[in-house]
Amino acid sequence: MALPSADPAKPTLRAIAWVFLAIGMQSFGGGMSAWIRREVVHRRGWMGEREFVGGLALAQIVPGANGVNLAVFVGTTLRGPAGALAALIGMLLVPVIAVLAMATAFTQLRDIPGVEPVMTGIGAAAIGMNIANGVRMMRKNITGRWPYLLLAAIAAAIGLAGLSLVAVLLAAIPLGLWGARQ
Amino acid sequence: MSGILVKLALLFLGLSLLAVGGGNSVIPAMQHAAVTTEGWMTDKDFLDLFAISRLAPGPGSLIASLVGQKAAGLTGAAVATLAMYGPTCLLVHAAARVWGRYRDAAWRVWVERGLAPVSIGLIFASAIALMRGTETGIAAPAITAAAALILTLTEFHPLLVLALGGLCGFLFRF
Repeated sequence: MALPSADPAKPTLRAIAWVFLAIGMQSFGGGMSAWIRREVVHRRGWMGEREFVGGLALAQIVPGANGVNLAVFVGTTLRGPAGALAALIGMLLVPVIAVLAMATAFTQLRDIPGVEPVMTGIGAAAIGMNIANGVRMMRKNITGRWPYLLLAAIAAAIGLAGLSLVAVLLAAIPLGLWGARQ
Repeated sequence: MSGILVKLALLFLGLSLLAVGGGNSVIPAMQHAAVTTEGWMTDKDFLDLFAISRLAPGPGSLIASLVGQKAAGLTGAAVATLAMYGPTCLLVHAAARVWGRYRDAAWRVWVERGLAPVSIGLIFASAIALMRGTETGIAAPAITAAAALILTLTEFHPLLVLALGGLCGFLFRF
């Protein structure tokens, strides 16, 4: 639900930092783009569906970790360089500290019975979260038979056939643009 | 010491620029560099770090910080993290600024509509690849499917669904 406000597209830096801090603390098992879309588009309406999906494409195409790239895109779009830093530092602060702290305690952590199956279960659920996010974005952004076919072909080419991502992108981007021409 | 820091910086700078489509694609190259080329750790050490990066919240690419820590302590962690994220974040930032200038341009709307099936297709592709990468058995795909259904059809908090996934993992002990 997007709450009406004076300028919903311009949240404060503090609001951006808090939202990304919460994302960083909750995102067990990964699924960063799903968390970011939920908070930024779905719950707060800071960004429209189409703009978000365009940013997701940018985050995937530019090299680097997708979720981190996406945080920088959202921060930049909302509040320029300061927004990008707020989103980036907000999202990574807790996970960086957590991961370094856990490394020192890992041998004890690993030997706790049940930790491994619990993490496997969380990981499996996080993949489901990504799928649900994909379905929700599909509903909001994709119309017509051609874009659906292209989407399915990309998922199968990389996920099932194991084709190289760069090769698939080189073919898929022109096809996507061709399909969206007026 | 500073030699190690330079090596860490160059390694993660290179890996981040190779990571088109996400961080997972460069994990094997990272392992090769950290274990075989540099000898900072054993294969088993690297697998432990990989497990920790999945145990903590946040992006899995934080394994870069762990490799840096293993090689050169906290300074190493800082150097590896900055090298992994700094340059690519600057790239995205620059691209987002140019992109933002054309917010209302007709061609941008066209590009956004054209890229939507590509970016969403990649989301499904990585979900499929991740599912195929996990151990065989019915429990993990069942949890994935149930979580996908719940989060598509309802507004339950994702954290609740993740916790339920962890509980199911514990109960089934697959």
